[in-house]
Amino acid sequence: MQVFPCPFCGPRSEPEFLFVTEMGKTRPEPAASVSAEVWAAYLHHVQNLKGEVAEVWQHIPCGQLYLMRRDSTTMEVMGVQSLRNGDAL
Amino acid sequence: MNFTFDGMDLTGRPGDSLASALVRADVRIVNRSFKYHRPRGLWGAWVEEPNAIVDVTLNGIRTPNCRATTTPLLAGMKVESVNSALIARCDPMAVLDRFARFIPAAFYYKTFLWPSWRLFEPTIRKMAGLGRMDGALGFAPEAPQRHDGAGVLVIGAGPAGLQAALDAANAGQDVLLVDDRDTPGGSLIDRAEAVDGQSAADWSTAMIAALSAAGGRYLPATTAFGAYDHGMFLLAERRRFPLPPALIRLRADRVILASGAIERPLTFIDNDRPGVMSLHAGLSYLNRHATLPGKHIAILSTAEAEPAARQLRAAGASVEVIEAGEGRAEVGAVHWRSGHLRGLTLRDGRRIDCDTVLASGGWTPAVHLHSQTGGKLDWREDIQAYVPRADRPKIITIGAAAGTYATDDARAEAALAAKGNRPTIRTDLPVRKAWPRLGQSSRAWVDFQNDVTVKDVELAGRENMRSVEHLKRYTTLGMANDQGKIANMAGLATMAAIRQVPISQVGTTTFRPPFDPVSLATLAGPRREARFSPPKRLALEAVHRTAGATFREYGGWLRPTVYTDIRAEVRAAREHVTLFDASPLGKIDVYGPDAARFLDFIYYNTMGTLKPGRARYGFLLTEGGIVLDDGILFRLTDNHFSVSCSSSHVDQVANILDLWRQDQFDPSRVFIQDATPHWATLTLAGPKARALMARLDFGIPLDETSMPHLSIVQKDGMRIARVSFTGDCSYEISVRATHAATLWHRIVTAGRNFGLALQGVEALAILRMEKGLIFVGRDTDGTTMPHDLGFPAPRDKKQAEFVGKRSLFTQTANRSDRMQLVGLSCDGAALPVGGHVLAKGASDSQGYVTSAAYSPTLAKPIALALIAGGLSRMGEAVEVYHLGQRRTATICPACFVDPEWERLNA
Repeated sequence: MQVFPCPFCGPRSEPEFLFVTEMGKTRPEPAASVSAEVWAAYLHHVQNLKGEVAEVWQHIPCGQLYLMRRDSTTMEVMGVQSLRNGDAL
Repeated sequence: MNFTFDGMDLTGRPGDSLASALVRADVRIVNRSFKYHRPRGLWGAWVEEPNAIVDVTLNGIRTPNCRATTTPLLAGMKVESVNSALIARCDPMAVLDRFARFIPAAFYYKTFLWPSWRLFEPTIRKMAGLGRMDGALGFAPEAPQRHDGAGVLVIGAGPAGLQAALDAANAGQDVLLVDDRDTPGGSLIDRAEAVDGQSAADWSTAMIAALSAAGGRYLPATTAFGAYDHGMFLLAERRRFPLPPALIRLRADRVILASGAIERPLTFIDNDRPGVMSLHAGLSYLNRHATLPGKHIAILSTAEAEPAARQLRAAGASVEVIEAGEGRAEVGAVHWRSGHLRGLTLRDGRRIDCDTVLASGGWTPAVHLHSQTGGKLDWREDIQAYVPRADRPKIITIGAAAGTYATDDARAEAALAAKGNRPTIRTDLPVRKAWPRLGQSSRAWVDFQNDVTVKDVELAGRENMRSVEHLKRYTTLGMANDQGKIANMAGLATMAAIRQVPISQVGTTTFRPPFDPVSLATLAGPRREARFSPPKRLALEAVHRTAGATFREYGGWLRPTVYTDIRAEVRAAREHVTLFDASPLGKIDVYGPDAARFLDFIYYNTMGTLKPGRARYGFLLTEGGIVLDDGILFRLTDNHFSVSCSSSHVDQVANILDLWRQDQFDPSRVFIQDATPHWATLTLAGPKARALMARLDFGIPLDETSMPHLSIVQKDGMRIARVSFTGDCSYEISVRATHAATLWHRIVTAGRNFGLALQGVEALAILRMEKGLIFVGRDTDGTTMPHDLGFPAPRDKKQAEFVGKRSLFTQTANRSDRMQLVGLSCDGAALPVGGHVLAKGASDSQGYVTSAAYSPTLAKPIALALIAGGLSRMGEAVEVYHLGQRRTATICPACFVDPEWERLNA
């Protein structure tokens, strides 16, 4: 069981967290001008990188989304950043 | 201490394990092997034991699959071997051994192909498994769980672990020492090895006393069985037999792994005969339990064995030491007659008479916890063993677990590790190679517990199952509950020889938790039975019970199923008025200046145009366009909405709203709060609902203009809404949960003159089915889009962006044969839910029945179904197939009662 730092609540156990998405995805809009390929990529394509990754997670008890940089092989957490203000990641 | 083994009355001593008591009683055959039912004796003395698995009955409680070496003897135990058709010493199934060549490794995989798995399945099923369950026993006793932490976790209280723990504690570190034995000392005790001029037991006890004085903690009888991410370890702490062990979840800043090493067998023909035992186990029985494993002993060892021989001789045994391994003696035949070992013949022709063989094929470091965290291993040719690579920043492995077998060297490593330094000491205690010989005509055992022989490994090699992971699955080598603790190395070495590569190139299979089997009750802890998934309880539960309701769980809530009679409740709702507890309905408040814009984006339907005091039905979609939930949205004021989602989806919907709020909106201009538990909601439904509301006199106008269908009024802390899930005029009255009982009694009293009936969930399920109103997740599935449910308008007309919009225009979304919601009418009994819908005379499924019931209102069965292209197939006769039965039904609109919706305002 991993320990993740929530920028608001501090270090907490993994079951309190929800993976939301890889960082850097933007929602393609408006629907009428989005091609099927672009939409499919938005819905289904994940990079699933080995090594350092940047992801959006949610701390369920406080509900806040935040960015987390971690290593997907060693499970080391490098840093977190609130989405609300620009703390250093 | 008296006990029985397979019906024999035996006596043991306090402090005995089941195994040591069997050794003391000179019981040689303790079990039958898993596949061939060959007689088996004790090989080991602790967790490495592969053979002696027994069922133990004590005080009427039967505990299956106890390992005899780690189970303490208690007076009155009834012990039975698990794998014998009768008893271990006489097993009619032993005839299987004569047919061994017809059931080689993987033979049952081959029966999948030819001639037929079905032919073998009944027999194989019967033979599979180990112990016998006591059918009368319900749940195992509950195991406590706790959390702990340590600065330094030291695993193993042998010489290395004791030294490391004490040194670290003396240096002021927060030390926890765990060890799976009841008493400290580890292999020192097995070997009765003196340390610093003290006996093994005295030195170990003194070390623990010093550790305690220095502020360190010691947890005996506790197995660290799993290593997980971020320094998490799972420990199982034994309790009084037969209680399942307690679970400890422990996080450590760093770990010193001193888990020792496990002696491995020599692989010769018939090396599985009872009487062939691990040399270390033989010493352990002598030194821990003062019992000799035999009278005439032959020691076969790949390393120095004279000290062991001296101890055994001093205890009264005659001992002959034979140097085994590369360039030394090799066993040619084992002489075994009438259940007794008689002796050995070596390949050089020498004959040795003995009743016991103590064998040592070298040592395998217990690297499991290092490897479980992803640590790599390095092969050391001098000791013929894999040792941990120093690649885990927070784990330092020392002592025998690192291949450092000499006690002084292990303690020197411990001193370094205590300071956080990685030891560089390498002990020079070489062992001779002693790996299996290939191409023999008879069988030599690699894995005792799963009956895997060298010939099986050779077969796997011939059939190209050469990767160690394939070898494991194909032959079941290392797959038993000992997970190949003693077997894997011989298996790897055999495969290396077959492939003609060094062992280091073969690698090992992946190490996964647990190191040692763990009771499921230990892992479950208190999360079991009612506490596994506690239902949410209604504020009015006691009131419902008094009113005679029966209860069931619906979407996580314990709710009244029915009060008197489901059909009577349905009729009351159509003819008079019913009272229904709708409290679990979602009430998610959405506030803020951007709330309207936010909800327009969230909902499939246009919501921004909703007037305060009004409500609208709508869908929430996933980005994939699939219907996630449906429900009513209320606009209370300009900047305050309430999302009334399905009872079972509240948590999910609240979280999804919050995710979109933070992702796409300014979170300081929209706020979300799930207020569901704060409210209780009582629903009045039926043609007399309005009259009853007038009698209740809440002080609000009830006429169609002031309070039409889909409107809401706030009054005196109440929310009164006009919505309907039955098709008749209905009012939902929400009050603070603490006021629910007062409101309930007021309604029941006033309702007497209106024929008011109490209505449970089952009646509601029929009422809504009569109207074709859906339960999302029951009448929809993971493909259902809103236009499949007859709601195409927003898809065609809504200009604004909304969640899932683009997905509604894909090729798939546009298909004409989409699964669409329709009704099915038929005669006779209700259709089976889940029954497949087929075109007349065809056999391909074109859909399925999602809900079905007998309608008391129409006095006929009704059903909802998802059918390919269903909306354009009205009137078509179809067949419903279920469990071999075919029924005829007709596709109809998904609304059976009052299709003009005239009753809503009646």
